[in-house]
Amino acid sequence: MKMMTAIIKPFKLDDVRDALNEIGIAGMTVEEVKGYGRQKGHTELYRGAEYLVEFQPKVKLQIAISDDQVEAAIDAISGAASTGKIGDGKIFVVPLEQSIRIRTGETGEDAL
Amino acid sequence: MSMEKNVKMLQRIAVLAVVMLASTGASADELNPADTAWMLTSTALVLFMTIPGLSLFYAGLVRVKNVLSILMQCFALTCLMSLVWFVVGYTIAFGSDGVEQGMWIGDFGNVLFASMTMETMNGGIPATLFAIFQMTFAIITPALILGAFAERMRFSAMLLFSTIWLIVVYSPVCHWVWGGGWLGNMGLQDFAGGTVVHITAAVAALVAALVMGPRKGFGTVAMPPHNLTMTITGAGMLWVGWFGFNAGSAVAADNSAAMAMLVTHLSASCGALAWMTMEWVRHGKPSVLGIVTGMVAGLGTITPASGSVGPAAAVLIGLSAGVICYFATNYLKNALKIDDSLDVFPVHGVGGILGTLLAGIFCSTQLGIFSGNGFSDGIDSIGGQLMVQATGVLATFIYTLVATFIILKFVDMVVGLRVDGDEETQGLDLVLHDERGYDL
Repeated sequence: MKMMTAIIKPFKLDDVRDALNEIGIAGMTVEEVKGYGRQKGHTELYRGAEYLVEFQPKVKLQIAISDDQVEAAIDAISGAASTGKIGDGKIFVVPLEQSIRIRTGETGEDAL
Repeated sequence: MSMEKNVKMLQRIAVLAVVMLASTGASADELNPADTAWMLTSTALVLFMTIPGLSLFYAGLVRVKNVLSILMQCFALTCLMSLVWFVVGYTIAFGSDGVEQGMWIGDFGNVLFASMTMETMNGGIPATLFAIFQMTFAIITPALILGAFAERMRFSAMLLFSTIWLIVVYSPVCHWVWGGGWLGNMGLQDFAGGTVVHITAAVAALVAALVMGPRKGFGTVAMPPHNLTMTITGAGMLWVGWFGFNAGSAVAADNSAAMAMLVTHLSASCGALAWMTMEWVRHGKPSVLGIVTGMVAGLGTITPASGSVGPAAAVLIGLSAGVICYFATNYLKNALKIDDSLDVFPVHGVGGILGTLLAGIFCSTQLGIFSGNGFSDGIDSIGGQLMVQATGVLATFIYTLVATFIILKFVDMVVGLRVDGDEETQGLDLVLHDERGYDL
């Protein structure tokens, strides 16, 4: 099993969700986050007072998937979240040791 | 028709004519219903400028932890300044009827409005109406100042400062210009308060910003407005209320009031467009805060001139207000590093000075399409009128500067001007009022 974290542009969330649904991944956890990478912040100007806002708003989504879904999920997210401009985001994949569905007590891939 | 009937008819017409003549040539002390209705309306409009207009305008500009402190200061000032005006402010400014007015302050016959009854008249309107119309000016002037010391002044200090300031600065200057004092007698043209309202408030704001020092983190920590939609809402209310402020200053429902309303509106529009354009050209984008700040600059600048100039001159006054106040704001903040937190001086002060001086030029009847309503009695040139206008500006500026400085030092000694650093970081809403503005 793998835990996949994707940081994407907020307006691409619906596209990414649809793309993941299409390959059978039907659950995810989403957070609104702030951060920056190569895409620096922006400036705001209030009556001559200029402020550099360093953090960009992003959406972070996490999905727990089986090993054989990883390649398809990466393709789906990359395809749907891409605009070709700086700031499209990143995908991280880490091994997932265990998962448990609280209601039934199922474990492992059955619980995904 | 019989002869007798004809005579009766003629008699009736004659009686009617006499009655009509009597009412059109009414003595000054007879109530003029049109004037009275307009002044009642204007009074409501000017109060509306402070609560909620200016309150919302200012409250949106501060950080989220101080939003209530601003709303509270405006509201409390409205209540307290009304009372101070009733007790002693009005009589210092306007004295009482039938008493020869001195150069510096009015007589004390109207302490507690003592020589006013329901029947007392002030020209064609009730004396009580004039008193409350002027009361709304005495409310908004100190309320303008609080933009300079926003987010750091103790509430008690603000109340004490404003009370003394209204008595020592606003009321006497009001007398000098409008109450029969030396500047008015000299022929100063200040229709609705360029000197009385905007210069006094703005100079006091500048002094307060300097005496109190900047907010913690000014220049290094970002302090963007917390709710610009609130600011835009308040700005719209200010614009509407300003019709009462300027056109009401005619104290009549007449041609002068109508012209004042027209020039006020044009100047506001041009000030807004000018500021917006400056930002668009220099920074690449027109900002919402910019366009409404330009509007306030246009309104503040036309205020003293609103009874003196015509519509074409109002366009020039508005445009110059937008451009000059824009540069003044940048200069004060970025070059002088003065934390006049909500930019009271560069907008109201620079605007008030500019408008008072421009009134001296554009009141001339010799400027073609840019002509105005003429010089004051005994003055026959732009140079002569400008000298009087400049005297008014300088006298108001210097007196306010010195008096405000002394009052602030006194208040600092008695109750302390600032909250301490820890409290400032926490925010005035929780520290001073035990409340939060939003629970989202």
